[in-house]
Amino acid sequence: MGKRIGMEVSIAAAEAVKQANVDLISAYPITPQTHIVEHLSELVANGDLDAEFFCVESEHSALSVCVGAAATGARTFTCTSSQGLALMSEITYIASGLRLPMLMIISNRTISAPLSIWNDHSDTMSIRDCGWIQFFVENGQEVYDHVFVSYRLGEDKNVLFPVIINMDGFILSHVIEPIELIEQEKIDQFLPPYQPVHQLHPDHPVTMGAFALPAIFAETKKAQEEALRSSMPKIIETWKAFGDMTGRYYHPVETYKTEDADTLLLTMGSFGETASVAVDKMREEGRSVGLVKIRLWRPFPFDDLKQATLHAKRLVVIDRAISVGACGPVASEVKAALYGNDRRPSVYNFVAGISGRDVTPSDFIKMVDKAELEIEEGNREGYEIYGVRG
Amino acid sequence: MTENLNVFAVRTLTQKEYFTPGHRSCQGCAEALAVRLVAKALGGNVIIANATGCMEIVSSPLPYTAWRVPWFHVAFENTAAVASGIESALKVLMRKGRIPRKKIVTLAMGGDGGTADIGLQALSGALERGHNFLYVCTDNEAYMNTGIQRSSSTPFGASTTTSPVGRVQMGQITWKKNMPAIAAAHNIPYVATACPSYPIDLVQKVKKAADIEGPAYVHILSVCPTGWRSAPELSIRLGRLAVETGIFPLYEVEKGQYRLSIDFPKLKSIKDYTKLQGRFRHLTDEMIEEIETRVHKEYEQLRAKAGKGS
Repeated sequence: MGKRIGMEVSIAAAEAVKQANVDLISAYPITPQTHIVEHLSELVANGDLDAEFFCVESEHSALSVCVGAAATGARTFTCTSSQGLALMSEITYIASGLRLPMLMIISNRTISAPLSIWNDHSDTMSIRDCGWIQFFVENGQEVYDHVFVSYRLGEDKNVLFPVIINMDGFILSHVIEPIELIEQEKIDQFLPPYQPVHQLHPDHPVTMGAFALPAIFAETKKAQEEALRSSMPKIIETWKAFGDMTGRYYHPVETYKTEDADTLLLTMGSFGETASVAVDKMREEGRSVGLVKIRLWRPFPFDDLKQATLHAKRLVVIDRAISVGACGPVASEVKAALYGNDRRPSVYNFVAGISGRDVTPSDFIKMVDKAELEIEEGNREGYEIYGVRG
Repeated sequence: MTENLNVFAVRTLTQKEYFTPGHRSCQGCAEALAVRLVAKALGGNVIIANATGCMEIVSSPLPYTAWRVPWFHVAFENTAAVASGIESALKVLMRKGRIPRKKIVTLAMGGDGGTADIGLQALSGALERGHNFLYVCTDNEAYMNTGIQRSSSTPFGASTTTSPVGRVQMGQITWKKNMPAIAAAHNIPYVATACPSYPIDLVQKVKKAADIEGPAYVHILSVCPTGWRSAPELSIRLGRLAVETGIFPLYEVEKGQYRLSIDFPKLKSIKDYTKLQGRFRHLTDEMIEEIETRVHKEYEQLRAKAGKGS
């Protein structure tokens, strides 16, 4: 077993990037992502990490540098938040279209206006369809672990996709948690150096980034879509290999006390741990409540979600972002996933914790109370922004 | 004078084509000629990052390519950043022994829009960071790829589809952005202007720029018959006239030292240049005089910087 030590989650993320032996790091400062790059720059300055590290003049360039370096055969890393992600969004689509593996950690923060540095998922939801493999994590250990999982997975010759790890800004990024570090020899075995299928080099010239006319564009896009969908077995396989190494097994959709539960809370990200405390409390009171957590956001785990919610009567989906004019983006996806089932639960959707608004275990209990009552009264399509004045 | 070196230089220029025939540029496209010469000057050991624009579109319709060297297109405004990534990746991969050590030139290429407008921030960042790369701007003085819209590099008075000649406004009302001066203001080791109408000069400058350690910037005036409303067979002559009138002087800035590549004691009349182009057909004598006054003043300022003050 590796050492278990207390460290800030952003530092743990940076340590993982170091242990993954990345070749190039390019980033631009934005709160709450800064601690990751600050620590990485220290590691490079002290000679603890042999990588090209540079702070560029914008997030757009940060990701563009990674795209150029990944195409040349380097293992690259960047991280951002909020407005920074919005600025680089153009290049997120291009990176996946070019099938270039790389890792980006998003320290999730709300999108302006009004300007706010605090956490929610509106930044990452704005690039939901960018074609990257997208994870949500619950705690610092999961951030650390998924750095290795992401590189091994994205660089697999049968995958070749960039990967995003979403971690809640401040709520995770700035807290100190116990992290079990993995020995370097184990990581080197789990994650050998990147071997690109194609790379920019004069010895074997290739053209990358050609434009496509309608006659070929749709086929190219279909190939990309099918490749992302069919990366699912590789994702499972990579998590299995990681679990065999560390004893920590991960799944696309995870469940907590869902056995025979009539009502299921459904969360994504750091909400999961808080909600599990609420579930414990409700179970103690004899209530039939469980928790479903979505870890894999893209490719979306339709089958796993159906399986996890098969016997529930009510689903209380807690979104941490608003799709203005519609409902929570997770709720939309969940409803779409369950529509084909003959027997499906009522879905009640709350948007909660916008811009870092604190959501406590008792809030989750209140949301379950409200949803159960509303559904009882026949409101099967409930949607509300929880705990807001006015 | 570069003319004296023609015989020598022509024979040293490779017959190999790296930007191959069969690409889809317009008749008389001097930008394609400029790119062909740049590619010949650099040879096979190069990786090219190309901005969105004419040269990207004419050379890479999937599944075809006109490139015999590694070539990469990502987006419009980020070419210098992409080149930064390529250059740094080569450096670290060679250092870690993952690819063999050898000299590979990183070339970033963009048009005037991709350089002076939307790509200026990424370019400034890459120049400031000091990457060992060469940036070539092929300047045809408007967004030709999207249908001749004005850029900050469009000259005063020129008619484009977004600086049209109307009842109250006569074409472009602003003066051409001085992109080489902006590049030189970054204190990079090498900045030059060139034009494919002076092929030997162009090739020599590109070779020099590639050999210099650190960032280098070469700004190439590229006559566009489609956008300039000029006859395709006049492209070479128009490039020469741009230089001979003082509108586009050929010079180098090496470690801060200005040097005129060709100096003209007497500049040709601006009218010799404008009368061959439809984009200037509406110019009044007063406007031409205004242009001439400004061109002459700027030419003298340049001569003074090059130690040739009158």
